[in-house]
Amino acid sequence: MIAKALHGFGPAGVVGAGSLAFWELSLLLIRPDGFVLPPPSAILVALFENFDEIWVATRSTGYIVITGLIGGVVLGVAWALLISRFRLANETLTPLAISLNAIPIIALAPIFNAWFGLLSPVSNQAIVVILVFFPVFINTTKGLTDVGATELELMRSYAASSWQIARTVRIPNALPYFFTSLKIASSLAVIGAIVAEYFGGRQDALGPFIVQNAGLTRYTEAWAAVLAGSAMGILLYLLSGVLERVSMPWRPASETMGSWDP
Amino acid sequence: MTDAPRCAVAITDVSKVFNPGRANEVHALDAISLRIDEGAFVSLIGPSGCGKSTLLRLIGALTHPTGGGVRVNDKSADQARLDRDYGMAFQTSGLFKWRSVTENIELPLQLMGWSKAARRERAVEMLELVKLEEFANHYPREMSGGMRQRVAIARALSFRPSLLLMDEPFGALDEMSREHMQTELLEIWKKTGKTIVFVTHSIPEAVFLSQRVIVMSPRPGRITADINVDLGERVFETREAPAFFEKITEVREALRSEEGSA
Repeated sequence: MIAKALHGFGPAGVVGAGSLAFWELSLLLIRPDGFVLPPPSAILVALFENFDEIWVATRSTGYIVITGLIGGVVLGVAWALLISRFRLANETLTPLAISLNAIPIIALAPIFNAWFGLLSPVSNQAIVVILVFFPVFINTTKGLTDVGATELELMRSYAASSWQIARTVRIPNALPYFFTSLKIASSLAVIGAIVAEYFGGRQDALGPFIVQNAGLTRYTEAWAAVLAGSAMGILLYLLSGVLERVSMPWRPASETMGSWDP
Repeated sequence: MTDAPRCAVAITDVSKVFNPGRANEVHALDAISLRIDEGAFVSLIGPSGCGKSTLLRLIGALTHPTGGGVRVNDKSADQARLDRDYGMAFQTSGLFKWRSVTENIELPLQLMGWSKAARRERAVEMLELVKLEEFANHYPREMSGGMRQRVAIARALSFRPSLLLMDEPFGALDEMSREHMQTELLEIWKKTGKTIVFVTHSIPEAVFLSQRVIVMSPRPGRITADINVDLGERVFETREAPAFFEKITEVREALRSEEGSA
């Protein structure tokens, strides 16, 4: 089991280590001062030197990301269920969802700050919810409605109710679509949270940490916080992949391409 | 009179028009009358577009006639569907990939609210009937096309409907699996005594399987010949018997005379 897992890490590990070595060595040759782009070793050192502060910031941002992600997923799935069930809902709510997505959502951050209070986390959460909502909604709807004619005729031949069709056909059919969207949404949530934090919200989070340190030309510290944000994104992505495997045991590994599966 | 077989399907002067009154109006069926005795094996054959699948769906109340009437087991076709009087099998097996073989066979029983134990018991019985006992816990993707069709037949028969509607169920199989499946189906028919209505575009298949071959012609779909096939017990040698080839010729002639007149 462990050997198998390590085997999966092999190629990824080589590529990762190779890129880091290239980054480190090329900087040594071109810009040894490492002022704008610090070498990975310096970023790691900065991460450990500022560990307490970055850890608090990561937790603070993590709270926004997780709550926003959950909110957006619940909203997206509920919306998708509603419009796949009722034609009227489809005709009214789909255009609404599309127009919601057409808004440059990040641009709302300063406005939300005015609504919810400059230092309130609610405005950041709202940004993440709206960002996450759309991919989840679109993909889940596709999965709920992308059911073959044969399958639907079969269910009609059993005189199945539409609730039975939803439960036994539409929802299982939508799972792969949903998990694809969850993977997209988890990265979006991290990006959305940090950018929203640039404009307001709690001040002990990754966004303000990056802004303040970059403003003081402490780029290495800013990079260390970016690293923490990336780690959070990767962790959420992997978690989505694990959830996907657990909830769809019938799928062969080849069908879960794009999920990282050591 | 009591000795006369009961009528399983009675179709009286049925016509079917798709998109009536619009530019893409299609006369799928015209003046169709057909009676099928209980326990009979009847094939519908004809070129594509002759409405044979539509006729099968009218019997299953998956679509409704524009004119005329369809009665199944002396009830309206709709009532028969609601009473689950028939099971259906399609060209694609329509198995759900997230359900194991057993769970697929149990699906109609689950929709009817059977207990888990009763469902399991019937599924075991059905697997025995289609000779797939050792595949009970496999998923559809792990099986060949012929095996999937056998599961689909087991599923269609799981709730013991009196009527089995089959829409080119072996159409996607290679020649050898196809002949094998035909023999299996006849065995199942003998064991269960169901009425079977079988749509196909293969002349040898229709002749080998059925007691009656209904020949249809397109635009609009009509019944042009009703050929009785009396080849006695079907065995391997039946396929090589002169009487078999005579019937094939008779059906082919009936199909060709249609082309000429059209």
